Amino acid sequence: MNANAPVKINRPLHWFAIATAIATFLLLGAGGLVTSHEAGMSVPDWPNSYGYNMFAFPISKWTGGIFYEHTHRLWASAVGLMTTILAVWLWLRDPRKWMKWLGIIAFFGVVAQGVLGGLRVTMHMNSLGIFHGVIAQTFFVLMCAIAFFTGGIWQKKSENKISTVPRGLRSHVLFVTILIFLQLILGATMRHQHAGLAISDFPLAHGKIWPDTNPDAIARYNQERMEVMNANPITAFQVVLQMVHRIVAIVIFTGVAAAVGLSVKRLGKKDLLTKLSIFWFALIIFQIVLGIATIWTNKAADVATAHVLVGALSLVTGALWCIIAFGHSAKLSETETAPFGAFGTFAANK
Amino acid sequence: MIKILSIFLLVATLAATPVLRAADIVGTVTFKGTPPAEIPLTQMEDNADCMAMHKETPTTHHYVVGKNGEFGNVTVYLQGMDGKSTGATAAPAVLDQKGCLYEPTILAVQTGQKITVKNSDDCIHNVHAIPSPTSGNQEVNDPQQPGGADLTYSFPKPEMFLKFQCDVHPWMFAWVSVFDHPYFCVSGTDGKFTIKNVPPGKYTIVAAHRKAGEQTQEVEVKDANATVNFTFEPPK
Repeated sequence: MNANAPVKINRPLHWFAIATAIATFLLLGAGGLVTSHEAGMSVPDWPNSYGYNMFAFPISKWTGGIFYEHTHRLWASAVGLMTTILAVWLWLRDPRKWMKWLGIIAFFGVVAQGVLGGLRVTMHMNSLGIFHGVIAQTFFVLMCAIAFFTGGIWQKKSENKISTVPRGLRSHVLFVTILIFLQLILGATMRHQHAGLAISDFPLAHGKIWPDTNPDAIARYNQERMEVMNANPITAFQVVLQMVHRIVAIVIFTGVAAAVGLSVKRLGKKDLLTKLSIFWFALIIFQIVLGIATIWTNKAADVATAHVLVGALSLVTGALWCIIAFGHSAKLSETETAPFGAFGTFAANK
Repeated sequence: MIKILSIFLLVATLAATPVLRAADIVGTVTFKGTPPAEIPLTQMEDNADCMAMHKETPTTHHYVVGKNGEFGNVTVYLQGMDGKSTGATAAPAVLDQKGCLYEPTILAVQTGQKITVKNSDDCIHNVHAIPSPTSGNQEVNDPQQPGGADLTYSFPKPEMFLKFQCDVHPWMFAWVSVFDHPYFCVSGTDGKFTIKNVPPGKYTIVAAHRKAGEQTQEVEVKDANATVNFTFEPPK
């Protein structure tokens, strides 16, 4: 197949891929609500729900935390089904070998997510909850990428009409995107301590720029806090974790702001990637506002969940920026190898 | 003759020797000052099943303080008494779920002692016990239907303030302290406590409250009840 020949866009497949990505985003929200409402263990069994087949669990019993956990499981099943259909569709109808394999990866990813979520409940392991949250967002990036690759913007790359993105700018955005991913891991770790807010004030932290974390101070924080929810005691580790999360947020803000400046300078104001970087910056500002609001509302469930969702959008935006940038910068070889065209060309020329 | 004399001497010696009997340690825990205000459980207002069992929105119960400063829900125990547990033969302690709240919120048991968890509500609860990761006790999480059978647990290792919670109703939590001996109690709403049948000797007695902190005193038990009082103040 001639790598430079455009792949015919399969519009129904493309729209289905978009629908699956949107469904995944909604599932992130459902999962976020589970943790924000501390409902992750409200259905003690899996894959059944209180002894019922999960698809036959009576609606009258969907009360309290059960409502969030059970609907999350049902929606996850729907996303699993959609992902399976997408994987089969890609295998049968997309001529690009790497796209077929992306579909297979997506299928195994959603299966792994389901199993991880179930094991988190049956094995009482908060650490699995952290993995479950992080992989959920990674999976969302994958679904968005698949939707993107099946669409027209990516296909235009193959027609070789998009300008090259400077290597320094590509590397900068890739670095910031990886930093956002690390921030997401920090956030997931914080949420799965199930300890409420380790630091309940902002911009100070327990009344200081850097809070005390000695045993007496930690004991004092726990004594002063009047829990309404079933929060675990605050620990020094959690206090430090939140401080690191705040500092990384500042670094990300600076990094994305720089990405905007560099894009304007190197690509021009009208370039798609410049516009995307401006959208990215708006997301980061919104994310910071949500983060502060999470503290000021004493971790209100809807605010905390919105913070998770905007974090996911921030990660996806950075990832798509990188995909477009690296794809645009590839010198097309005779063999179209992979989405990161520069890397694929390098491999082909070895 | 010599036999009778020997028996007489033995009985006389025993009668003359004072018998050291176990005694109780009694006392009162008081709270001086105004405790922090309790917080309404507003999340319960979204749950019709739970609110149906209350006339108004309940509040947290971190501090149970009477009109005259009587301080309830303080766990009082003797230090350094591990290895004397009689939990295996002790009567079960009861933790009930009533009105979507745990009763009591502070409980103390021995290692190996059964804890019977009841569901007196007309709604589902899950019983989720979360020990400290280093305690050696196992986490459990079980469903409990309305009108369902009581659940029974016991914990083999001592641990202060092991948390029980319901994840269906996340404002529900209780704290169970597990001791490897029987010398403990929880102060009542009148602030009074009694640790029963303490052998004679000198001890360190601890009064622990999750928010007000911990205090220790030295006490000597002879052959009559010993009295120890504690006074707590608001955290600074």
